[in-house]
Amino acid sequence: MILELAQVEIHRRSTGGCVQNDGFCPDWIVHNLDRYVDPFREQVVLVVVSVAIGFVIASALALLAHRRRWLVGPIIGVTGVLYTIPSLAAFFLLQPITGRGSLTAIIALVAYTLLIIFRNVTTGLRGVPAEATDAGRGLGLTDNQLLWKVEVPLALPEIMAGLRIASTTTVGLATLAFFAGAGGLGERFVGSQIVFKSNVVVAGALCVLLAVALDLIILLVQRLLTPWTRARAT
Amino acid sequence: MHTTLAFLGQFGDGIDFIFHQRESRGGGVQVGGSEMLDLTWQHLKLSGAALGIATLVAVPVGLVLGHIRRFSFLAISVSNIGRAVPTLALLAFFAAYLGLGFGNVVFALTLLAIPPILTNTYIGVYQVDRDTVDAAHGMGMSDAQIVRRVELPLAMATIAGGVRTSAVNVIATATIAPLAGATSLGFPILNAQIYGPEGQIGAAIVVAVLAVAADVLLGLVQRAATPRGVRLEAEDRERRSFTMFRKRGVQTT
Amino acid sequence: MRRNLLAVLVLVSLTAFAACGSDDNGDSNKGESSSGTKLAAIKNDPANKGKSVTIGSKNFTEEFILGNIYAQALKAAGYTVKTQFNLGSEQIAHKALQKGQIDAYPEYTSTALTSFFNVKIADAPKTASGSYAAAKKGWAKEGFTALAPTPFNDAQAVGMTKKEASSLGVKTISDLKPKESQIVFAGSPECKQRVDCLLGLQQTYKLKFKKFVPVDIAQRYKTADDGQAQLIEVFTTDGQLATGKYVVLVDDKHLFPPYNATLVVNSKKLSSLGPGVRTVVNQVQKGMTTRVMQELNSRVDIDKQEPKDVASEYLKETGLVR
Repeated sequence: MILELAQVEIHRRSTGGCVQNDGFCPDWIVHNLDRYVDPFREQVVLVVVSVAIGFVIASALALLAHRRRWLVGPIIGVTGVLYTIPSLAAFFLLQPITGRGSLTAIIALVAYTLLIIFRNVTTGLRGVPAEATDAGRGLGLTDNQLLWKVEVPLALPEIMAGLRIASTTTVGLATLAFFAGAGGLGERFVGSQIVFKSNVVVAGALCVLLAVALDLIILLVQRLLTPWTRARAT
Repeated sequence: MHTTLAFLGQFGDGIDFIFHQRESRGGGVQVGGSEMLDLTWQHLKLSGAALGIATLVAVPVGLVLGHIRRFSFLAISVSNIGRAVPTLALLAFFAAYLGLGFGNVVFALTLLAIPPILTNTYIGVYQVDRDTVDAAHGMGMSDAQIVRRVELPLAMATIAGGVRTSAVNVIATATIAPLAGATSLGFPILNAQIYGPEGQIGAAIVVAVLAVAADVLLGLVQRAATPRGVRLEAEDRERRSFTMFRKRGVQTT
Repeated sequence: MRRNLLAVLVLVSLTAFAACGSDDNGDSNKGESSSGTKLAAIKNDPANKGKSVTIGSKNFTEEFILGNIYAQALKAAGYTVKTQFNLGSEQIAHKALQKGQIDAYPEYTSTALTSFFNVKIADAPKTASGSYAAAKKGWAKEGFTALAPTPFNDAQAVGMTKKEASSLGVKTISDLKPKESQIVFAGSPECKQRVDCLLGLQQTYKLKFKKFVPVDIAQRYKTADDGQAQLIEVFTTDGQLATGKYVVLVDDKHLFPPYNATLVVNSKKLSSLGPGVRTVVNQVQKGMTTRVMQELNSRVDIDKQEPKDVASEYLKETGLVR
């Protein structure tokens, strides 16, 4: 019989409270929110950076193709394939080149947004009424001035719509970034945590809240940038 | 230069993994090669079941709602909400509330697959030319007949577009099914200690190929589903505007 | 003289009985901390200042707890500690150790023997000391030092829910043979390839289960609870075993060898770190009995506490860190 030195507190285990039974426990949630702060922050960074880079690249492509219609087909083709390849697969296909980490995740997330944003920017620009462009030319605007002073502002609603779609879906994909070694809320969904109701509800709610928040922010920016649409609505 | 060779090397290892069985990383079992066939079949079983059930549920609902031209907010919102929920969170929610295993994963995947199909069916029916429908009414066709013989065929291409989007989403999401207790091609990806990086890459290649293949195949179905006259007219319109964009829905994985 | 001896004997036996009597099973109330003497506190040795060591861990609860305990204890002793937990399974941790990514990680004696040193499960030593001696030799050949083993033995085993075991009428692993076609066995994905898991059950017990279902190591008990599997891979220090809902089947053919944990350290690094590391490790391991490990594991797995918090609770409750 061994004398047990230094007993550790042994807790009662025969029954079990809310947490022990993997339930939905508001108390636990309130006391453990700090577990979600870092993953949430990582997710926000991944999403914002990826959408921003995707926006820049896709817009550049769209402006390039604006006056060269023949480019549209090939660009759609390439971005379409990038769009179809599942992000999780993309994380691992990129690993031999970019290793594990945020870079791999961002590349895959950016690749996904390209089709959506390209499509919306191009449609937006195409959708500018002929009268507006005619009036602009009549005023003697150069091609560049026409583009930035007439076409882009009028295309803004469509462009913003594309940004909103891109950011909400990127939030969802960034949840998987954990598997690429890039952190994010995905780490809260692995192992036994996936069956713990309180955890799943909190992590899931944070994802949805982030998506909704980004959606509303972009909508707000849109309203600010296009005051004429507001006037029409009233 | 060395990096390029290294990339080909690992990628090449991944491709080799798909075709040749070898011993697992820790020894003791055979992985790769023909095992990939079994995993692919598991993956397709999950995806097919979810897609099938989703179509059976979403198409009739979309047809009815689109025909009566009501609840458009609901039909469109369901897709917006579906976009905001990450697939992993959806899978986790049902793993927590229903449990682990094949059936529960199929349930979660079905919920994922419904929104694009529902929304596209609704829009497809809604956009059928009003005059055509009125003419059918005038001819004395009942509502059910109109849906079946006029609206459905004309909406078929859009519906197929929705199914196409859902198919790619579901195939992509089925990759994380092992986290919720169902086997799929994600199993090698999530278990590097058994399959090694070559297994992870090999499985990733197969998943990507599956998704692209489904997209291409259903794209062909979509094309075939468009009545010839409508297609010619649409192609003509396409060359002038960019409605080709509208055929795709939005993917979520 | 004889009367004094008798008195001493009586005194010792009484103290021993008292200690046993105070060791309740899981049904004791929360906060039962026994009269046990606190362990000697870890001293912050200025000789350790500035010396850096990287501790790693594998990817399951007990490894997280052990890694954190060692890391926090060494930090209390004055070392600069870096951590790389959640490396993965033993193959990955082993590689990280060999590559120098980490300086040390806790590994189980028989796991090292069967996974790294090519010892067949049937030939593995069946005693804790024999197992440790063999593992120590194997590690030394690779240039690593396996420090003293822990008191607890986290053995591989198989188990079932009490309900399932009584309905099938099984008590030992051999009892499973007539029922094997009804049994779905769930284990970690590695179990498939391990001789101290599925492979051993197939070879030594000649068992052919209806199906083997790979599940995340952390989901094994849930799988048994849901009825998805009748038999699961268990470890004898699993927190869930303290709930009394499960029963570990008797290993009548002695397939599973002992698995005491040892902190495996890069030998060259160890000598540069000084005697402090050995001292701290020995101090810290004194309180690590099977019962204590079950308790610590259940705090993470069942109470959902963070491993690093549970590690610091252990150090505080035992008096190692005051």
